[in-house]
Amino acid sequence: MKELTHLDQLEAEAIYIIREVAAECENPVMLYSIGKDSSVMLHLAMKAFYPEKPPFPFMHIDTTWKFKEMIEFRDRRANELGIEMIVHSNEEGLEQNINPFDHGSAYTDIMKTQALKDGLNKYGFTAAFGGGRRDEEKSRAKERIFSFRNKNHAWDPKNQRPEMWKQFNTKIHKGESMRVFPISNWTEKDIWQYIRRENIDIVPLYFAKERPVVYREGNYVMVDDERMRLEPNEEILMKEVRFRTLGCYPLTGGVESKAVTLDEIIEETLGAVTSERTTRVIDQEAVGSMERRKREGYF
Amino acid sequence: MRSLLRFITCGSVDDGKSTLIGHMLYDAKLLFADQEKALELDSKLGSRGGEIDYSLLLDGLLAEREQGITIDVAYRYFTTDHRSFIVADTPGHEEYTRNMAVGASFADLAIILVDATKGVITQTKRHARICALMGVKNLVLAVNKMDLINFNEVRFTKIKNDFLQLIEEFRLESVQAIPVSATNGDNITRKSENTPWYDGLALLPYLEVVDIGHEQKQNEFLMPVQRVSRPNHTFRGFQGQIEAGVVAVGDEITTLPSYEKAKVKSILVTDREVQSASAGQPVTIQLHREVDVSRGCVLTTDQNIAVADLFTAQILWMDDTELEVGKNYLIKVGTKIIPSTIVAIHHKVDINTGQHLVTDKITKNELATCDIALSEKIVFDSFDRNEALGNFILIDRITNMTAACGVIKEAVLDEKNVIWQQTDVTREVRAEQKGQKPLTLWFTGLSGSGKSTLANEVEKRLLSFGYHTMLLDGDNVRLGLNKDLGFDEIGRIENIRRIAEVAKLMNDAGLITLTSFISPFEQERRKAQQIVGESYIEIYISTPLEVCEKRDVKGLYQKARAQEIADFTGISSPYEKPTNPHIEIDTSNISLEEATDYIVKEVLKALA
Ligand SMILES: Nc1nc2c(ncn2[C@@H]2O[C@H](COP(=O)(O)OP(=O)(O)OP(=O)(O)O)[C@@H](O)[C@H]2O)c(=O)[nH]1
Ligand SMILES: [Mg+2]
Repeated sequence: MKELTHLDQLEAEAIYIIREVAAECENPVMLYSIGKDSSVMLHLAMKAFYPEKPPFPFMHIDTTWKFKEMIEFRDRRANELGIEMIVHSNEEGLEQNINPFDHGSAYTDIMKTQALKDGLNKYGFTAAFGGGRRDEEKSRAKERIFSFRNKNHAWDPKNQRPEMWKQFNTKIHKGESMRVFPISNWTEKDIWQYIRRENIDIVPLYFAKERPVVYREGNYVMVDDERMRLEPNEEILMKEVRFRTLGCYPLTGGVESKAVTLDEIIEETLGAVTSERTTRVIDQEAVGSMERRKREGYF
Repeated sequence: MRSLLRFITCGSVDDGKSTLIGHMLYDAKLLFADQEKALELDSKLGSRGGEIDYSLLLDGLLAEREQGITIDVAYRYFTTDHRSFIVADTPGHEEYTRNMAVGASFADLAIILVDATKGVITQTKRHARICALMGVKNLVLAVNKMDLINFNEVRFTKIKNDFLQLIEEFRLESVQAIPVSATNGDNITRKSENTPWYDGLALLPYLEVVDIGHEQKQNEFLMPVQRVSRPNHTFRGFQGQIEAGVVAVGDEITTLPSYEKAKVKSILVTDREVQSASAGQPVTIQLHREVDVSRGCVLTTDQNIAVADLFTAQILWMDDTELEVGKNYLIKVGTKIIPSTIVAIHHKVDINTGQHLVTDKITKNELATCDIALSEKIVFDSFDRNEALGNFILIDRITNMTAACGVIKEAVLDEKNVIWQQTDVTREVRAEQKGQKPLTLWFTGLSGSGKSTLANEVEKRLLSFGYHTMLLDGDNVRLGLNKDLGFDEIGRIENIRRIAEVAKLMNDAGLITLTSFISPFEQERRKAQQIVGESYIEIYISTPLEVCEKRDVKGLYQKARAQEIADFTGISSPYEKPTNPHIEIDTSNISLEEATDYIVKEVLKALA
């Protein structure tokens, strides 16, 4: 009998969790954010049920400010894999032209948190998979794999259900729901190594390439379309950059890099001196901002 | 590939667990620059007068920072040159014992901290006992805050001996005592000059080399079925994780609890077709013939696994409300989830002395041994032999909270099963087992008022909330039990009397009964109320005659008007309106859903 590798163990754990949800939860959905973690989660879902297709739909919460390449990638993958991809946006927010330049943190609340809650309510989903990892941030490090949410989708960190062994308690009352994090125990490094091992397709933005950017507060922000607003002193530069995380382009910082292969990315990740969070504008606001958002129903 | 060690820190509140792990990560250069900077900034605001407060690396919740304690487990992942680690930093506060147990359930090794100025105290012992219950076989005693006792060897030895005495009865594979200072960093990543008398390794180097004997307890193949996959009519695969042993194509396996034998036709490890698979792998197995297997069943080659409906177990009670003998809980064992009842408490454990105390009451954070009866025979094993089929959780059926966790000691076989028979089975016991208050919901109203439709909807709703119900209406009563009765006055009175008696029997069985009959006479309804007793709830569907007649779903009003039916309530026979119904609703202007919502809301009040 051969010992399983660390990646094999992580894969087995994630697949176990995904199958438990399919077996026990009434109306699950897998949230798909197009990033590397979502790509891994999608890959795990395909493997978990093979030769069957995943017995649940996927949902992307689209703020309409994602990188163009992300949207192309999403539509292409959904097509190739033959899975159901629901795209949901906060229509009201769009009508009011809520955007990342003028509305700051209200933008995230309205276009992400509110949109997510509306999307889940609209389809009556009782469980939603998310690609959160515990090594990403301190409040995530505290969250259960099966994270209970009340009728308002809120997380109560002081009163989490105990979670022992592989005995997940999926019981909820009407209106309540579960967020489920099958890759809780993966680190950024594990994600990259698994992507390499399994040859998982990811958005090209993760690889270094010359791109039009502006330098803003220690990050390179990409000028992805004409909606990008420049500060008076900013100018558009062509830089060889890549992205460690993907989100709304005006809120995502790229890093200068020459890594064009997975091996090079892994090498950079191992040697990185800062965490991947530094490239996400949202988490740097204040201590506890992630926890506050999660309490309000964010991932 | 480096081996992986999963460990926890535990011990009483403020003994320095979070500080210890924080300092270890910091010293071993396992932090990113921005995390280090944030830590230094946060510490400036903290209580340690600007000195680095390493616990802030772990205590990530706002409430934790405010109160300076850990509330829930924090997980950290790190790798050194020798090993990969997952550490769960658990809370010491007694209130959050359940969260410590969450950490312990996953750990190979536990670092139990003791404050050197306080020594081994009750909460230290509680955590040590929980580790033992959860099968943690490797312990490190970290005697912390050595700086506060001048690195006194005598004091260290005294604490170490107290601890060794405490764990004497546990079955362990390794124990090591290390004197440390979490704030100052002594003996954490490096040997300290302050403890020349200590000849063992510092903590992190010890964790890098300690041998965790992943002893294979069980070699026979075993897989609890998570789900059955049927993408098309030619493929029927059983999905799950292999918990022990090896399986190969062609092997003959047994299905439990149905005890059928079948040969393995094909094996998929995730999406790869293979000839054999082993413990830990997620698989999809096809058998060469049809068998009676669904989620919760087990595929195995082991002949010694129990299929029974009663076992003895050790539990940790975690719910705010007390354990109630006889109350019904959902139990999750393996991949099976079914109703269960704690039928007897053998004893609870005195945390301080380890003595067994006889009791009939278990409260939050107590450890106990008890017998649990299951609603049907299922597959399980002792935790010692087989971890995956030997652990379980109990779920409160009303609040859905995880009320307890536990490990199975052994099956209690039928002939020994006397406890169950001894209790007098009364109406209360039966109701308790179903976790509900028996009621008779007596729907009355004109033909066409909406009684039956509503009774039906209300029943569905109650059922979806987990209540146990029974609906009596014209269909199932008039055609069976009351087939012999006519529609004259005597027949009608006797009809109602029998229905009331049956409703009462159903209540005695613990059920919520819904009856849906016109029952037009006040006197008959009072009679029914007398028979049923205080469980009787009268629901008057007060839709007016004009509306009912307009609806005339069955065309009965028309016939009655044409005098084709005699004594038709509302037309040729009176309907006496209830004078004081518990619930009243007129369905003329509201939707079925609204009416159901309203009645269910009122009924839930009565059930509370
Ligand atoms: N002098 C001294 N103080 C220490 C030492 N270790 C921890 N402390 C202090 O003890 C207090 C509690 O430390 P924590 O690390 O929060 O304790 P904990 O065990 O994690 O507490 P809970 O998680 O709430 O149970 C803090 O004020 C620490 O600075 C030590 O080695 N020496
Ligand atoms: Mg702590």
